[in-house]
Amino acid sequence: MKRFFAQAYLWLLLAILYAPILIIAIFSFTEAKVLGNWTGFSTKLYTSLFTGGVHHSLLSAIENTLIIAIVAAAISTVLGSIAAIGIHNLRGHKRIVMNTLNNIPMLNPDIITGISLFLLFVSVGITQGFATVILAHVIFCTPYVVLCVLPRLQQMNSDIYEAALDLGATPMQAIYKVLIPEIKPGMISGFILAFTLSIDDFAVTIFTIGTGGLETLSTYIYADARKGGLTPELRPLSTIIFVTVLVLLITINVRSQRANKKKKALGK
Amino acid sequence: MRFFMRRQNWSLPYFIFMLIFVVLPLVLIFIYAFQDADGNFTFDNFSKFISSPEAANTFVYSIGVAIITTVVCILLGYPAAYILSNKELCRSKVMVVLFILPMWINILVRTLATVALFDFMRLPLGEGALIFGMVYNFLPFMIYPIYNTMQKMDHSYIDAAQDLGANPINVFTKVVLPLSMPGVMSGIMMVFMPTISTFAIAELLTMNNIKLFGTTIQENINNGMWNYGAALSLIMLVIIFASELFSDGEEERASNEGGII
Repeated sequence: MKRFFAQAYLWLLLAILYAPILIIAIFSFTEAKVLGNWTGFSTKLYTSLFTGGVHHSLLSAIENTLIIAIVAAAISTVLGSIAAIGIHNLRGHKRIVMNTLNNIPMLNPDIITGISLFLLFVSVGITQGFATVILAHVIFCTPYVVLCVLPRLQQMNSDIYEAALDLGATPMQAIYKVLIPEIKPGMISGFILAFTLSIDDFAVTIFTIGTGGLETLSTYIYADARKGGLTPELRPLSTIIFVTVLVLLITINVRSQRANKKKKALGK
Repeated sequence: MRFFMRRQNWSLPYFIFMLIFVVLPLVLIFIYAFQDADGNFTFDNFSKFISSPEAANTFVYSIGVAIITTVVCILLGYPAAYILSNKELCRSKVMVVLFILPMWINILVRTLATVALFDFMRLPLGEGALIFGMVYNFLPFMIYPIYNTMQKMDHSYIDAAQDLGANPINVFTKVVLPLSMPGVMSGIMMVFMPTISTFAIAELLTMNNIKLFGTTIQENINNGMWNYGAALSLIMLVIIFASELFSDGEEERASNEGGII
């Protein structure tokens, strides 16, 4: 009985949480301009989303978002991994200072990060555009990469690295053949986290994107919504994003559960 | 070359990077806040804030909205986190994923979905939509940290309390609640902070009728009032710093163990 009520509560909450997304998904299969009008089943919005034409600016916004996310995540992963190796080998107050510095961007609200960088760029006189958005994304993503890689370094047996050196490996070989393979899983989850953070970001982007006409998905939606009429093609787009994330997360979860079971079985 | 072979020096580039792009910009907010448009030192930006009813009212209103959102999120999220972490009540891990999933969807898309829902149900946009939208946006951020702490909780404490004769209410108030407090604290930070600092969302949910403090800051910066905008940002930073002191580092401990992937 207790279990029944508990489950009912969870499903009720989920129903409320998913109702808005569900409505968007349902109305992505009809042509009506105004959401809520059902004018018969149609996949026209899906085809017109990808054929461009009138909605060319939406496509280029998606493209910009992806390019920025990939470049920013890649730079963050490299910078963050190198930093994590350094921090791991620091002791005492130096380490505390680095950890505190690393925490600042994560504790700062997005709007503060955005405004502070905006003030930096305008006072130095840098024109804002692609480069500044990528730089800004690297700044708030890197701390998360550091936090993903550090636990890997802590789990690693540091003697392996020393052993490689003793056995005649050059420091470079030791890094490539011993250190990097050990921290690779942390680097991968750091990259994924940075990528999703970058795609999701709105507040930092809008302050660093400048007035050169560059648009990401977030700023496109924002401008679109302010104009009043929402581009109907945003409905299929939101649906696609939602389904992709759902499938991705469930696969990752099922895979890691399976891997855990395997590990347990091997352990026995 | 030998300098870079010492691995602790690998943190140096990141240290310099952080100084230039994190510390310096924050210092700039501070400097701009105490300057007039010509760069002279002044307190005018702050006295303007205190004397202008609009900005001050928005500020108080935003804190109110943030508090209500946080309380509603605790009331809805705590039972959910409890059920999710309890193996007898919820066996499937997929359930947890379903609750966390909305965190990965763009906040503007989520907000537009809320607007769509209200339009669809013919409900008026306004204060109700604002609170619903905020709770809808940030509820997963309350559930996840509480769920995380509860899952790591040592259940032998609960067994011990029961063996020693505590009734279910006592078990909850004396054992479960105190042990889950770090998660609740972390959840409060993760809901209160974004709610108070969001912009754009409130306008979309209320058809530009209600403004929150974040929007006021953004408008000032956009209209070239950098010094006043910086002063307002500094006020927000102080509030956030104060609430971080209040949560007493508990949040940090909990969040460092986060990360679902």
